[in-house]
Amino acid sequence: MAAISTPAAPGTFRYQLASFWKDFSASRGALVGMIFIACVMIVALLAPWMAPHDPAMQDRSALLVPPVWHAEGSWRYILGTDAVGRDILSRLIFGARYSLSISAMVVLISMAGGIFLGLLAGYFRGWVETVITRVMDVVLAFPSLLLALGLVAILSPGLTSAMIAIAVVQLPYFVRLTRASVIGEKNREYVIASRLAGAGHLRLMFNTLLPNCMAPLIVQATLSFSTAILDIAALGFLGMGVQPPTPEWGAMLANAREFMGSAYWAVTFPGLIILLTVLMINLMGDGLRDALDPKMKRS
Amino acid sequence: MALLDIEGLSVRFQTSSGLFPAVENVDIKVDRGEVWSIVGESGSGKSVAMLATMGLLPWTAEVTAERMLFDGQDLQRLGSRQRRRIVGGEMSMIFQEPMSSLNPCFTVGAQLDEMIKQHRGGTRRERHERALDLLAQVGIPDPARRIRAYPHQLSGGMSQRVMIAMAISCDPRLLIADEPTTALDVTIQAQILELLLRLQEEKGMALILITHDMGVVAETARNVIVQYAGRQVEKQEVRSLFAAPRHPYTEALLSALPERSGDADRLPTIPGVVPGQHDRPTGCLFNPRCRYVTEHCREVAPIPAADDPAHTLCHYPLNDPQAATPPDGLSPRSQQQDDNPEVRP
Amino acid sequence: MSRDALLSATHLARHYQVKGGPFSKPATVKALVDASFELYPGQTLAVVGESGCGKSTLARVLTMIEPPTSGELVISGHHVSLKEGQRPPAELRREVQIIFQNPYGSLNPRKTVATMLEEPLKLNRRDMSAGERREAARAMIEKVGLRPEHIDRYPHMFSGGQRQRIAIARALMLNPKILVLDEPVSALDLSIQAQVLNLLGDLQDEFGLAYVFISHDLSVVRRIADDVIVMYFGQPVETGPAETVFTTPRHPYTQALFSATPVADPNRRRERMKLKGEPPSPLAPPPGCPFAPRCRLATSECTEGDPPLNEVADGVRVACIHVDQAMAAHEASA
Repeated sequence: MAAISTPAAPGTFRYQLASFWKDFSASRGALVGMIFIACVMIVALLAPWMAPHDPAMQDRSALLVPPVWHAEGSWRYILGTDAVGRDILSRLIFGARYSLSISAMVVLISMAGGIFLGLLAGYFRGWVETVITRVMDVVLAFPSLLLALGLVAILSPGLTSAMIAIAVVQLPYFVRLTRASVIGEKNREYVIASRLAGAGHLRLMFNTLLPNCMAPLIVQATLSFSTAILDIAALGFLGMGVQPPTPEWGAMLANAREFMGSAYWAVTFPGLIILLTVLMINLMGDGLRDALDPKMKRS
Repeated sequence: MALLDIEGLSVRFQTSSGLFPAVENVDIKVDRGEVWSIVGESGSGKSVAMLATMGLLPWTAEVTAERMLFDGQDLQRLGSRQRRRIVGGEMSMIFQEPMSSLNPCFTVGAQLDEMIKQHRGGTRRERHERALDLLAQVGIPDPARRIRAYPHQLSGGMSQRVMIAMAISCDPRLLIADEPTTALDVTIQAQILELLLRLQEEKGMALILITHDMGVVAETARNVIVQYAGRQVEKQEVRSLFAAPRHPYTEALLSALPERSGDADRLPTIPGVVPGQHDRPTGCLFNPRCRYVTEHCREVAPIPAADDPAHTLCHYPLNDPQAATPPDGLSPRSQQQDDNPEVRP
Repeated sequence: MSRDALLSATHLARHYQVKGGPFSKPATVKALVDASFELYPGQTLAVVGESGCGKSTLARVLTMIEPPTSGELVISGHHVSLKEGQRPPAELRREVQIIFQNPYGSLNPRKTVATMLEEPLKLNRRDMSAGERREAARAMIEKVGLRPEHIDRYPHMFSGGQRQRIAIARALMLNPKILVLDEPVSALDLSIQAQVLNLLGDLQDEFGLAYVFISHDLSVVRRIADDVIVMYFGQPVETGPAETVFTTPRHPYTQALFSATPVADPNRRRERMKLKGEPPSPLAPPPGCPFAPRCRLATSECTEGDPPLNEVADGVRVACIHVDQAMAAHEASA
């Protein structure tokens, strides 16, 4: 039951943007999340100018120096150094570049592939669906890290292979979600109406069905983003992902694990930044879903 | 003393944009063995009022009433345990969707048993006997077999019969049926309505039937309450309601029925829609859609006249039994029906 | 077959294969059996029956969403021959459009009204420019009684009645000759229902549309139908001019259905013709006449074979071997 009283000229792009922003900013959490992520992105972009040190520089005279608020800490290394004397703050700042871009790529690849396969499976059903879902079940049956390791081993270790491997591991979640929502929506009457209007398979799949299936996918994307950060780190730790001395958050965490007892800062800060980033992305994801889904709009 | 005696019941819902009055100032007085019907369109608050009486509304609802008595007991003051004993025991309710009102994980027998155990107790054997007896009472063929059936194995009509069996398992003195046949086919609807009326008579229950279907009202109820936008607009015996509606809304609603429109080329309509949260008019809530509207209606909210047995919520009730002719200056705004659809200013 | 019939259906049937468990063999459900009728411009044919009687299957076959299993469908002189999963040719598809019962499910929640109305034009009228399409959508939205500024809103901003108007506007964008209305007013409130029925009447007069009006609400059907098909369990049991069928129902099921329908008149408390039991399960159809298990006139003959749909009076055809007794019983009770 809605009588809307928006004065702006509807239909224009600016109007749509304005109404999107109105809904998005209505959620405090989403706003905080977005501001945080924006800050991290700016830091990542400006890393060479913002970082106090070269992230790969090893200061042999300052191994495992604690952060500045400890008695032994110094302003030279604000967040302390790691086991080989590299500045943790600088590595975190540079690490933002790698962590964000790698995870974004992973989610993008995996979502695009997952949506495509899921749409095919849910729309055509029959043998297409059987083949796709069985293959996805096989992927799911492997322990995810083992599968990623295997794939990287086949593709030769390195960043690109690691990204592809993790994208494949994430794929089934997107396929399943897309397929389930497509099956749910496919027999809705508006789809039949569109078909009677003459819409072809591609139009029905991508123009009619897909926008109505996006809300859970966006939430899944934010979840995948965080998993991707962690998986990349794990691969790096096993020597199959990001190669040292590249400063990647997950790898930093993994490398410093043995000093957890003696030098908490070496694990805490990478861990904290991963936690915060993941949390903020999830908050933003919720806000996005609310704003993108007209059904959730308050009228 | 009336069985159910409610005065000044209001329910307001907390929504993101403020309090929404779903029901305002509703009075219901039901005596033992009476059949009442509450009729109204969607958004008229007819279900909400009864759910509030049953205490089944979520916490976002704010229920207030001047008086809310069931058999002399104040429902507002009862502790939750006592209230539970009355609700479901002495006062019970069935709903529109029989298929989703039953728990799909348990057999019909288990669900009936649970209900009997809660309110009557008894040994397992007695409860089983009682369940079989109830299923037979509601006209389920072969109860001994059906008692082991799961809800998905039953048709809509059968599910509604099971719901009725559960509702009458504790010999309630008041049964509230919320659109009990809306989801059912006509021939099944006839069976269910007949069953409800038969049980009502046999057990001397009071029955409140919530519906939007004027046909169902005409064929089952003896007394009718008409609700509009959360307000009670009139209250009458069924024959006089259909013959001489007092409120313009009732009159308009009755004339919109296809079977009452005769051979007119077009169906008479009520322009506009029921007001929602954001477009409640000032004065009488029906004034934007009323054909008799005056300036007074737009400014002042009506209250029922003290001597009006129908409690008509209107400044100028129609078909006044005392006055033979309508007061001066009161004629339809225009004879030509305004067919402008639901467009709001 | 008359030469100017817009649509003619001959012995239409539609069966579904239902997979049982992994160890049981698939069963055939006959959702629609032997429906024959013709439809002329400006005419309203009502299809009446309870859930599971095959009305919605008929709607899907007529709109070519599904092909008939057997029988012949001729639309505007074209024989429709479709295979499973095949899409009908564009020139036929344009002729028949459908309005659904639930106005909340039939509009794409992600599209504005304008996008929805323009979609059929975009797909079928390549010659129209974007401006012309928008103009056409605007004109249509006014025709169904909404205001032009409503065109950029999303469906969730409208009430049920308004949504149904939008669905009607969308169906009319391609100038169809036939509208299949699948319970178009059942989900609407009484006061809104009258508005939509009036609108449908106006549009029929203006465009000479033929309606296939599927409904379970007899009071609505009686008001707007020219011809009626009463269906039970996938089969037409009685067909004929609406006025005749409503004044003298001849099939025992039609009689029971009419008598079960509540009438908004408290002074007319009639003795109901009670109908025992429920419709049979489509997986276990009874032998012979499907209505026999519930019929008060049923004899052993009834279970021996399907009763044929015979013409018993002027234009009225009834599928019952005891039609004379049913008539006599009806006259006695009236």
